[in-house]
Amino acid sequence: MSTAMVEAKGVRKSYGNLEILKGIDLRVEHGSVTCLIGPSGSGKTTFLRCINHLEKINAGRLYVDGSLVGYEERNGRLHEMRDKATAASRRASGMVFQRFNLFPHMTIMGNIIEAPIQVQGRPRKEIIAEAQVLLDRVGLGDRGRSYPQELSGGQQQRVAIARALAMKPKLMLFDEPTSALDPELVGEVLDVMKDLAEEGMSMVVVTHELAFARQVADHVIFMDQGVVVESGPPSQVLDDPQHERTKAFLSKVL
Amino acid sequence: MQTQKPLEQAGHVPATAVEESAPVIALKHPVRNAIAVLIVVVAALAAIDVALNDRYHWDVVASYLFAPRILTGAVLTLVLTLVSMSVGISLGAVLAIMRLSENPILSMIARAYIWFFRGTPLLVQLIFWYNIAALYPVIALGLPFGGPSMVLGSANVLISPLGAALLGLSLNEAAYMAEIIRGGIGSVDRVQYDASKALGMSGSKLMRRIILPQAMRVVLPPTGNQVISMLKGTSLVSVLAISDLLYSAQIIYSENYQTIPLLIVASLWYLLMTTILSFFQEKLERHYGRGFDSVIKRKRSRKVRSA
Repeated sequence: MSTAMVEAKGVRKSYGNLEILKGIDLRVEHGSVTCLIGPSGSGKTTFLRCINHLEKINAGRLYVDGSLVGYEERNGRLHEMRDKATAASRRASGMVFQRFNLFPHMTIMGNIIEAPIQVQGRPRKEIIAEAQVLLDRVGLGDRGRSYPQELSGGQQQRVAIARALAMKPKLMLFDEPTSALDPELVGEVLDVMKDLAEEGMSMVVVTHELAFARQVADHVIFMDQGVVVESGPPSQVLDDPQHERTKAFLSKVL
Repeated sequence: MQTQKPLEQAGHVPATAVEESAPVIALKHPVRNAIAVLIVVVAALAAIDVALNDRYHWDVVASYLFAPRILTGAVLTLVLTLVSMSVGISLGAVLAIMRLSENPILSMIARAYIWFFRGTPLLVQLIFWYNIAALYPVIALGLPFGGPSMVLGSANVLISPLGAALLGLSLNEAAYMAEIIRGGIGSVDRVQYDASKALGMSGSKLMRRIILPQAMRVVLPPTGNQVISMLKGTSLVSVLAISDLLYSAQIIYSENYQTIPLLIVASLWYLLMTTILSFFQEKLERHYGRGFDSVIKRKRSRKVRSA
């Protein structure tokens, strides 16, 4: 079996006595789009944050492009890495948050070039040119000098996507990217994500936008109470669900 | 039936439609304006009285304003302030980070330091450092439990009155700055850590580039207060016989008995220095307010500057 973009084997995560993830197994193939759906509290956001080690896992293995993120395996046990090594192992993936989380004290251009300059240490000129291309691509080519708070939510989220792409990730993680947006701004963000999917970017998307999942996803995973209940192509999971819990959830959402 | 009446009246409105486009007449505040005028008159009368009252001896004030002893005192006050504040801010930042550390021992040490230096009077701390030689006559570097040591010299020589003043002011200031900086770091949204970590940043780079610049916005206003109270607080060092601005003025009026004029001279210099410091504070606040202040406010201040 070839290596997957993301491979989870029995991933467990708890806060104290509360077990959030109860053994997650899944595979995300290179160049595919996977949507994670499920009720709030099902653990989908927590799992997404485990993929780039913003949350530590308690057991199991989680590989991104064939390597562990934030851990080293020695003698069959996982050892936590130092912060610097974790940061380096995280760079394969880019992340987009529900609340955008742009750096408010930097201009839009500053937000995008910050990590490439500080972390990758490539020449500034080259990075600025790339950033301009990214901004044009998300339709904000003329807003480089603005500050985040001067932009609408939809524009800020598009900048956040450009910022993540500037690190040239192999995988993009989206944590409910349209949940904090006014309804009329959702479309512009989804359009950018669709373009990205068409270009062959590997993506894991936690979302409540079932129409987007149906249209763009190769794979839909329904999670509930810390386990994967059902997974498969959207035509199967969304239109012909087999499990009662999936049916109950879909009937409430649709 | 009563509800229909206004509707009928509304039907007649077109006759006055022209006036609808006229600007709204703002509410007038006659009492408020009268009070303002009264205060201006009283203040003006008081100012005239102060200016014309011979007993202020403005001629003496003028003759001592640029006296060499006063100027040296002012310079010393400024140096004491700048050095103590610089050391205080640096040490305070270290203490703040220790206090926020996940390591309970580091956190406890920072807490204890802050507890002690905020909890005892600055005057006592200054006199303590001044008299340190009484407790430790000799200062030496060495290993504990009787190991070999290297004598650096007598405490009286190493810790001069000026050294004691700087030590006392800096260590005391660090305790206050630690709390101010801790508050600033705590005010930065936790998600900013997630966002920068997800971009592959970590450690000091994350702190220096993302967290501290945002904390500055919250840290600056109380730090400005600290600088200004430090400037005036340095006058406490007169107990260590250091001729700062206030002590220089006191020495002069103990010779010529012109107490009030010389205190006015000292106050004018303190005022000038705090004014200059406030100016820099405002500039810094504007710099670190980028992206937070509203667009209108920034445009307005830009206009004021270019005018």
